[in-house]
Amino acid sequence: MARILKLRDALKEAMIEEMRRDASVFLMGEEVAQYDGAYKVSKGMLEEFGPMRVIDTPIAELGFAGIGVGAAMNGLRPIVEFMTWNFAVLAFDQIVNNAAKTLSQSAGQFNCPIVFRGPSGSAGQLAQQHSQTFESWLGNCPGLKVVSIVDPADAKGLLKSAIRDNDPVCFMESEIAYAWEGEVPDGEYTTPIGVAAVRREGTDVTIVSYNKMMRVALQAADDLAKEGISAEVIDLRTIRPLDYHTLVKSVKKTNRMVVVDESWPMFGVSSEIAYEIQKYAFDYLDAPVLRVNSADTSLGYSSVYVNEYLPNPEKVVKAVKSVMYVKA
Amino acid sequence: MDLTTDILDSIVTTNAGPSSEQQSSDSKKSKSKAKSKEKFDKAMYLNWFETMFRIRKFEEKTLEAYGNQKIRGFCHVYIGQEAIAAGMLSALRTDDAVVTAYRQHGIALSRGMSSKECMAELYGKATGCVKGKGGSMHFFSAEHRFFGGNGIVGAQIPIGTGIAFAEKYRGTDKLCVTMFGDGAARQGALYEAYNMAMTWKLPVLYIVENNGYAMGTSVERTSNVVDMYKIGSSFDMPSEAVNGMDPQSVHEAIARAAEHIRAGKGPYFLEIKTYRYKGHSVSDPGNYRSKEEVKAYMEIDPVKVIEKRIIEQKIASETEIEELKDKIKLEMDEAVAFAESSPLPDASWLYTDNYVQEDYPYMKD
Repeated sequence: MARILKLRDALKEAMIEEMRRDASVFLMGEEVAQYDGAYKVSKGMLEEFGPMRVIDTPIAELGFAGIGVGAAMNGLRPIVEFMTWNFAVLAFDQIVNNAAKTLSQSAGQFNCPIVFRGPSGSAGQLAQQHSQTFESWLGNCPGLKVVSIVDPADAKGLLKSAIRDNDPVCFMESEIAYAWEGEVPDGEYTTPIGVAAVRREGTDVTIVSYNKMMRVALQAADDLAKEGISAEVIDLRTIRPLDYHTLVKSVKKTNRMVVVDESWPMFGVSSEIAYEIQKYAFDYLDAPVLRVNSADTSLGYSSVYVNEYLPNPEKVVKAVKSVMYVKA
Repeated sequence: MDLTTDILDSIVTTNAGPSSEQQSSDSKKSKSKAKSKEKFDKAMYLNWFETMFRIRKFEEKTLEAYGNQKIRGFCHVYIGQEAIAAGMLSALRTDDAVVTAYRQHGIALSRGMSSKECMAELYGKATGCVKGKGGSMHFFSAEHRFFGGNGIVGAQIPIGTGIAFAEKYRGTDKLCVTMFGDGAARQGALYEAYNMAMTWKLPVLYIVENNGYAMGTSVERTSNVVDMYKIGSSFDMPSEAVNGMDPQSVHEAIARAAEHIRAGKGPYFLEIKTYRYKGHSVSDPGNYRSKEEVKAYMEIDPVKVIEKRIIEQKIASETEIEELKDKIKLEMDEAVAFAESSPLPDASWLYTDNYVQEDYPYMKD
């Protein structure tokens, strides 16, 4: 049996189940307790677990991220929620300089089993400081694992894996997708970190995406199907480590690839995928790998800027037709 | 009314003197209700009322337009906190710099930015103060020395310190007012900035607009120290608590602080106690506050209080006040009409203002 759950509720189930299972797991962040979470992901958790395990912090991202790192080094398993990953920039010192490096610095004596989670990416007209993606930033850093999800079943299974993981995991969600629904299996399950999922099988082109851009990719695949183009669509789910095996396998079948990535184009997820594909599937490619990213700019507030900035199905269809050498 | 009395008592604990030693001891804190009221002239009172009424009406139009989905994104209104903007306007010079956070419409208006350019910005129009690029959280005006509009809690505390640094560096007598909310006061950046500002005696006036709540978290739940002005004492920074529901108290405190700063004595810190009548943002119903608390604060609504004082003390006639109100209402109707009829930005402007270099080679595929 499966149930239809919103993404936010699937995430909550993962946290609740892991907190029931392991007393060392706790949740900490801004407005996570009495306010039920800024986006209601932790609704009701204070009531079940009490203020020692569901903890409201002051607005002090660097401080509470560091407290999380210390607690993780000393045997606990913190889940640190950022109201948005945009605010986690203040905490990057603790994430990048400490969580990611503790194991290396201590030559394996201290690990840092911590989950940093929150929404990443644009969420409407929120302007420059509240619209950024962080998969590429953190995916660049050795020592971290990076997960970015949109499907509720994946979200639950991957968050449970992240909480149980003995390394630090940065877990990227989406304000917009919190209300999106999907089937979630009943009963206990986890989803492995580091494995991509083929969401739609196809033969002509591989479209790779993750997080809420999956909707754009799938919509483009629908539109292409009407024109007789069969697109395979892959949800990365994990950014680091990158499951390039699944990508290479698909490209060996389709011989063409388009990456749909809300990150900025330079030095990011899409660049890395293009590198891996040219390295491992060079002889199978019938066209260069193309990508559809957000614009190489800061995002302004007006709807005009948002529409111009973000990937959309039209841009993806155009890229697919380009790699297929079909006239648009 | 008992709660209102308690509130009045708690917020009217203004300290008088500028020396930090004086503020470091609670016992020396004067509880007299602003005994030393200066005599302000009619123009000053009308200026305060006009500024506050303009902000109130602007924010009411903002909420209306937001309800009609003309304004989108995060939107934090200033309703309840207007006395701070009004008292600050009259106590500062127009060439002083101001930087604040995202609850900024009122501050921007009080610095001289027009209702039209601000409303058009909220509408995301080309005629907005930042061409529809910033929206509600990011107004800027180089002309009015308004440095934003920052969306990251506490980020502007060191930035305002740096703006002040530049004034000292150039040898001017201008200061920078660096404003933030009670939530931001718990960010580490404050402590780093305060330390350097005091060490280097920078011309910066720090103002925490303490409206009691960091989003849904009350001040009491964020720290063991709830009297925020005391944060200054560990830096030996002169610090005072101020009644932020009265522009006169705000004016007096800021004037005192500005004099100290312009004399080259370094930073000054004011905890201005205020209240926001609405939620943290338009999407926040504010369920963490009791109806009684909100109602009690409504009794000391700064816009009404100052209007009443003007009438009762016969500073100006009711007719004059009504004329002023009509003028502001007309201004707001015109601002909304301007925003409605203005064109949207051009999509190509996404690629402007990212670099000063005009031919910067963007990665476009």
